[in-house]
Parts: sequence; structure tokens; C-alpha cells
Amino acid sequence: MTQTFAFSSLVPALPELFLTVAALALLMLGVFRKEDGCRQSTLLAIIAMAIALVLTSQLGGSVSYAFGGGEAGLFVMDGFGAFTKAMVLLGSAFTLGMSGTFLEREKIGRFEYPVLVLFATVGMMIMISANDFMSLYLGLELQSLSLYVLAAYHRDNLKATEAGVKYFVLGALASGMLLYGASLLYGFVGTTSFDGLAKVFGAEHAVRPSLGVIIGMVFVLAGLAFKISAVPFHMWAPDVYEGAPTPVTAFFAVAPKIAALALFTRVITGPFGDLAGEWRQVVIFLALASMFLGAFAAIGQTNIKRLMAYSSIGHVGFALVGIAANSVLGIQGLLIYLAIYLFMNTGVFAIILSMRQKGRLVEGIDDLAGLGKTHPAMAFVMMVLMFSMAGIPPLAGFWGKLYVFLAAVESGLMALAILGVLSSVVSAYYYLRIIKVMYFDEALEPFDRQTDRPMRLVMGLSALVVLVFTFIPGPLLVGAKAAAAVLFPAAAG
Amino acid sequence: MDAWLLEYLPILIFLGIAIAISVIAVGASWLVARQKPDTEKGSAYECGFDAFGDARSKFDVRFYLVAILFIIFDLEVAFLFPWAVALGKIGLFGFWSMMVFLGVLTIGFIYEWRKGALEWE
Repeated sequence: MTQTFAFSSLVPALPELFLTVAALALLMLGVFRKEDGCRQSTLLAIIAMAIALVLTSQLGGSVSYAFGGGEAGLFVMDGFGAFTKAMVLLGSAFTLGMSGTFLEREKIGRFEYPVLVLFATVGMMIMISANDFMSLYLGLELQSLSLYVLAAYHRDNLKATEAGVKYFVLGALASGMLLYGASLLYGFVGTTSFDGLAKVFGAEHAVRPSLGVIIGMVFVLAGLAFKISAVPFHMWAPDVYEGAPTPVTAFFAVAPKIAALALFTRVITGPFGDLAGEWRQVVIFLALASMFLGAFAAIGQTNIKRLMAYSSIGHVGFALVGIAANSVLGIQGLLIYLAIYLFMNTGVFAIILSMRQKGRLVEGIDDLAGLGKTHPAMAFVMMVLMFSMAGIPPLAGFWGKLYVFLAAVESGLMALAILGVLSSVVSAYYYLRIIKVMYFDEALEPFDRQTDRPMRLVMGLSALVVLVFTFIPGPLLVGAKAAAAVLFPAAAG
Repeated sequence: MDAWLLEYLPILIFLGIAIAISVIAVGASWLVARQKPDTEKGSAYECGFDAFGDARSKFDVRFYLVAILFIIFDLEVAFLFPWAVALGKIGLFGFWSMMVFLGVLTIGFIYEWRKGALEWE
């Protein structure tokens, strides 16, 4: 069975191929250069991501497959993939742009950092485009292995190495569960292809799927829930977020989250699309538990990175509400939520990265005291972002929550929506506490002036997006709707 | 059921021969040779470490590095053998896939070389 092969069949994977070649070239460039050029490598990596972004935007028009025959191909590129990949690339590029100065000041600026971020980004893009459990696992591992190394990037720091080891052990466990689930599915169905699985389950409509299939599916979902740090698989997140160097934490909180949620969505709407009755209860539980744990556990935190970890667990819960709705509206809500989350989180981390007193890094929430007087602009950005995260109406965060809850109500999940809103009220407490500390507490010692250009740019941009979204929501709404519709071909036709 | 079980017969025979040879080798030396063990003879041969002992002893990280590098190239060979056997069937696509894989591996090799991971001192 000699396969004929045309290079044009690789076109759907062009952005990934380009980024891979770019990462390898940067690795060689870095290792053959005498001085350590973290700064140049970072700049080149960001340029590579920008080019990949342009390539991605050219490809999303129609559904196309690569690496294998037709719909059984390992790799799929469609509107949903293009939308989420654009978010991942933006998140990676923003956080990479913010990290250069930090790494140099902490004297851990090495050219491997941007290369690792590039490899992780390639892995995320493969995850998003996975059309088979094989390519899913491949992308997930490429991403995870790069992230394990990044978590322990500050290797002389006890906390960072601890974070790296914890992340590695728990991540490996999650990968094992995912693989076990995939092998069970293969054993009971006979294929690992998403399209193949979707056909089998679609044909089985009248019959209940066998117990092995259900167990396999739950294992796969558990493995994926680990990667998005949904409760009860969230234990690694606070420790890793606190221990890892702050730019790495910023990266963790944005790009991998979006990629893993996109993968979650693709798996649940693709191969398991006709098993909604079986997975819905699992997703609802994950969503509820994440929202409430995120809200209550964050209250007692004193370290702002740990607080952001619990906050992101809560946000994953809200995003999962959109998935539980299992409709175009739900996925549209999820995508809007993620896009807004991307800008809010990069903005907050830009401010956390600016928390320095006399050149020393501080991470306590109390250290923000008096920011409203000493750095009015920074405090204003933080206030806007905190209000948005809490979901106060005129700001973008409110619309993100509104769309997912609306979708849940439309799908008849009234109780889930009400409980979600209640947990959002609880979480408002700790967001508002930060604002209170900034504006009403006595200033201790002012932060150093933030002079880094990219950092100020990210701060300004995030605040602008959060403020302006209410007035010009059109492009995002339309884009998200088109991307979501791709996953539900039956509903669109 | 029986037909496909029969296909595994060579593996069973292989296992039997392997067990027989190892039993003969150890058993014959037990029966024929004189046994005069001392501490030097009883210790692990050319391995560097005691087989039994505290797991928390200090361990030179260079051994670890060499072991990791060995595993990478060991796995590469494990990929190359089936590829070489099936090359006639997988065509140009299969050929170039392996070439790309080897290229990526070479870049990794150049990286570790330049970083000095292969130097013992």
C-alpha cells in the first residue's frame, strides 16, 4: 500500500510546521552564539509567533485534514482551530514579551526560555487540531514536557524546582489516566480516530454504549480535567503557580489553559458528541466544584500568585458551564469568555511582574497597599481588571459570564446557572479586597517605576480591551459564533 | 481462537530456549566449578554501585545525564529497525518522515554537544 504523497497535503499544518522549524533554528542559533542572547531569541520567537498567527488566520476558512486519508486524518484545521490557535499565539506572545526584563533581572535569562515557550506553543496548537487520540497525546505531551521544564526554569530556587517536580509527577499521572482511557476506548470501539468514534456513537443512538466505553470516556475526561486544573484535579495548580517564576506563571495561566479547554471542547463535541447524556453530569460536577472551590479557597490567600491560581480554577469552572450547555451558544460563550480571560489575565500578570520594591520582588497582596496614591495609572488598570474579573456590568468580564450562563439557561441547566452566579458573588469578595487594599490602605513602600516598554504596552492594551469591549463587541461575537458553529455541523445545516 | 494463538508459538519456543540456556549456564557453573566466594568476587562487577544500599546516597548527576542520552539514542534504534524492514511498503513518505525525525534528533545532539553534556570533566 504505497502511499502517494504531495507536500500540499501538509498545508493545514503549516503554522505548526513553521513554528517547529523556527524553534529548532532558534535553538541552533542560541547554542552557536558566544554571548547569551535571551533578548534577541525572545524577539525572534515573538516574530515567529506573529508569522504563525498570520498563517493561521489564512487557513481557518474551511475544514481541512492533514497526516492521513481524508476525515480519518490525524490533524484537522477549521474555524474553531483558527480562533483558539490565534488566542494561544496571542497569549504566548504577550507573556513571552513580558518575561525578558524579569529573567534578566533575576539572572536566569537564557536563550532556552523562548525556545521552550515555542515548543510548548507548537504542542498546544497540535492539541487544538487533534483529530485522533494519537495526535492528541502527542500534542499534549509536547506541551506538558516543555511546561515541566519551564516550571523548574529557575533551577537554583527551591520553590521553583519543587513546583517543577510536583507538576511533572501529577502531570504524568494525568497523562497516564488519559492514555488508559484512550486504550479502553480503542479496545471497546476499535478506533482512535475522532471521526471514527463519532460515527460509531452516532450509529449507536438507540443502544446504550457499553460500560467499558463509559469508563474509558470518564478516564479521558479526568486526564483532560487535570490539564485544565478543574476541581477535583486542581491540587497542583496553586503550588505550581506560586513556585514557578512569575513570567512562567503568567504563561501557565493563559495559553495552556485556553489550549486545554479547546481540546476538551473538541473531544466532547467530536467523538463524544452523541454521548452528551453520559458526560454532561461529569462536566456539570467539574464546573460547579471548580467555581465554588475557586471562590472560597481564594479568600484566605495572602500571596497574589496563589490567589491567581484559585481565581483561574474558578474561571475554568465558568468556562465549563459553556461546555456543559453543549450548544453553539454555549461554545460561543466559552470562546468569548476565554478571549476576555486572555486579556484580563495577561494584564493582571503584567502588574504582578511590576511588583518590585527597591529591585526586590514581592508577591504579597498586602504589598499592594497604597498603590492608588503611589502609582495611580497602575492601580487604575488593576482596578479595571479586578472589576472585570468579578463580573461588574460595564466591563468585559461581565459579558463573558453572561454569555455562558445564558447558554446554560437556554439548554435547561437553570440550577447550574443560578449556582454559578452565586459563586461569582462570593468570588467578587476577594477581587474587591484587592481594590480596597490598593486605594484605602496606608502605603508601606512604593514600587519601583515600571520602565519596561512591552510591560506597559500589555497593561494598557488589556485595560483598553476590557473597557472598550462593551461598545464594540461585534468582531469577537461574530468570530466566536462562526468558530463555535464549526463544531456543530448538524445544527448549522 | 486457536489459529491466532498458534502464531505466537515461535515466541513460546523462543522463551523456552531462553529459559533453558540461562538455567544451564547458571546450573552448570554451580555443579562443575569450585565455589570460593570472597567480598571482591561477591561484589557487583564493573557496575560502580552496590546493588543493595541506601537509595539516598549521593549520586553524580553525570551518570544520570549519560543514562538519559543513552535512552534517547536507544529509542531511535528501536524506531529505525521496523522502519528499515517496512521501507519498501511505506514509500517516499515513510522515508522522509524518518529523515525529518533523524534531523530533529541531530539538532538535539548538536545542542547537547555544544552545551558540554558529553564531556566528562
